[in-house]
Amino acid sequence: MGALFPHGWVHFLAGGLVIGLGVSLLFALTGRVGGLSTVYTSSWSWFSALPYFQQDRFVRERGWRLLYSVGLVLGAAAWWLATGEGGQGTGLSPGRLVVGGVLVGFGARLGNGCTSGHGICGLASLDRPSLVAVLTFMGAAFVTAWLVPA
Amino acid sequence: MIARAVVTVLAGALFGLGLTMSSMIQPEVVLGFLRGQDMGLALVMGGAIAITLPVYQLLPRLRPAPLLGGTFGRKASPLDRRLVLGAAIFGIGWGICGVCPGPAITGLGVGDLDLLWALGGIVVGAWLQGRLAP
Repeated sequence: MGALFPHGWVHFLAGGLVIGLGVSLLFALTGRVGGLSTVYTSSWSWFSALPYFQQDRFVRERGWRLLYSVGLVLGAAAWWLATGEGGQGTGLSPGRLVVGGVLVGFGARLGNGCTSGHGICGLASLDRPSLVAVLTFMGAAFVTAWLVPA
Repeated sequence: MIARAVVTVLAGALFGLGLTMSSMIQPEVVLGFLRGQDMGLALVMGGAIAITLPVYQLLPRLRPAPLLGGTFGRKASPLDRRLVLGAAIFGIGWGICGVCPGPAITGLGVGDLDLLWALGGIVVGAWLQGRLAP
């Protein structure tokens, strides 16, 4: 276990279960499928007149998706208040975060989902395209992380 | 209407809490997984799926509608070039910065301002995708 989880494993499993509870609660009570990348596109519908952003599916969902994102921030803040563990920052350069971020945003929206949408909601739906997406982005990320210096 | 909004915020809060306690908002931890140094991320995804899978699969068979009304949604994407190309580009970006769309937002809640760089990048990337879409 030590070799696989040098920083322990309980907090990983506990965090995953709490995430599952959140996604399940949302579905059980509202029927909503709670991936986290659509909000980036649906929120642009407030600011951009481009026809792509003004599609009904984005305009219809933009309100609850923004609320869901507000919840993310509140949940993290609750953890910060309860434990005193704030943001530790990262040693990665701003340039690297921006370049990676642009590719993440473009790719996740082109592929219609990210780690949560395809990885959690898609796999839990036993959706085959999501399985293909997960294997593809995991494979691409493994190779990239190996090639890019730490 | 209000109840649905409250539940949506609460569900997001659980998601954000889980991402924070499992250290998924730290790019180094994610990159450590991608480099095969720490299998934690697999445990996070596995734990989340273990709860969500039975709920997604069983609830729509047991109940006609969600508890607060409406209909059960479904994650369904067509399997096409767009999906594979998008997932590959997302994976490359994720391998570079170790930040995915959820943690980029969640990091704000613990005052992690470094993640704003990634958040800004994702916002721009999402716009570019919409701008270039046919």
